[in-house]
Amino acid sequence: MQPETADAGFEVRKGVREFVLVAFPVAMFGVMFGAASSAAGYSVGVTVWSSAAIFAGASQFVFLDVYRQGIPVWSVALAVFAVNFRHILYSAALARKIAHFSFVQKTAALFLLTDLQFAIVEKRYEAERGRWRVAPAFYFAFGICSYCLWLVTTGLGAVFGALIEDPAVIGFDFVLPIYFLSILMGFRARRSFLPVVVVSAAAALLAQKWFGPPWHISLGGICGILAAGILTAIRGDKPVEIGDAMMQPPGGEGADNG
Amino acid sequence: MGEMLTSFWSQPVVWVLALLGVVTYLTRIGGYLVLSRFRRIPAPVKSGLEAVPMAVITTLVVPPALSSGVAEFCAVAAAGIASLRLPPVAVILLGLAVLVALRQMGL
Repeated sequence: MQPETADAGFEVRKGVREFVLVAFPVAMFGVMFGAASSAAGYSVGVTVWSSAAIFAGASQFVFLDVYRQGIPVWSVALAVFAVNFRHILYSAALARKIAHFSFVQKTAALFLLTDLQFAIVEKRYEAERGRWRVAPAFYFAFGICSYCLWLVTTGLGAVFGALIEDPAVIGFDFVLPIYFLSILMGFRARRSFLPVVVVSAAAALLAQKWFGPPWHISLGGICGILAAGILTAIRGDKPVEIGDAMMQPPGGEGADNG
Repeated sequence: MGEMLTSFWSQPVVWVLALLGVVTYLTRIGGYLVLSRFRRIPAPVKSGLEAVPMAVITTLVVPPALSSGVAEFCAVAAAGIASLRLPPVAVILLGLAVLVALRQMGL
């Protein structure tokens, strides 16, 4: 293993530069989430708090979608857990690469672990394979910029959103399914994409008809997961090493913040 | 100020969000703490794990797309086609534009 890059200033500049390249879509998603949160009736303070506490676009949109009257909190938590499940795979893949971070650095670094953060770290690690170990200065420069921009833009979106009297006029009453579709399509290069989507959709529709919400989410999800596992078992693939390239981030890099 | 803060923390939704923050953080440390202890995992388990977000997100798209109305269905279909070429932000804006246009036409 090479010694740590001596120049932290260089790493910080590099992290900030990487961030600037992807800042625009993050900002757009931030404004959209803020406006959608306002449209759902939440104050600017609650909206920014959601960004500060969760810091994951998809989780926050799931909250807007699923947290309604009559839906138990455990079910909202389960949906958030499942939608963010990919982070478990990211953090497993990252584990060896940040083994040299201190305990506090690891604790903070994993809090900042978004799709984008993972993609940027993996990209540079691959490009400079063997010559670079993940520098905390680089990691945190990127991560802290993301966090700040996310808080600011979701706050701005909430302020703008509060000015819109009727969200339906700009279609914002239906922004959540469209947002989730755009995230879903990022996975379309996966081999199991089509079978999983078809099985989950069919199971969700049946579960909604028979049991009502929120069962369509958990039952639909479980059926899709089983479909993926069973298909792979039928193909008889070999066990997979944990670590390098175990998990590719969804397509459309720079797409979603978390 | 103190009073404002008290009323902020007295909203149940604030605590729900804190809980969801903890849940999200658990997913972010979970792989590091649990999954990285295994050197290899069986291929079906891996592909099942990888499918979790796809499977769940599908359940948030398809039922509302099919049960909300013609304009909503068309907006989702248009966004789906657009996503083969356009980045996500453009896809969302296009989907909303289609939705608003069709609603204006009375669909």
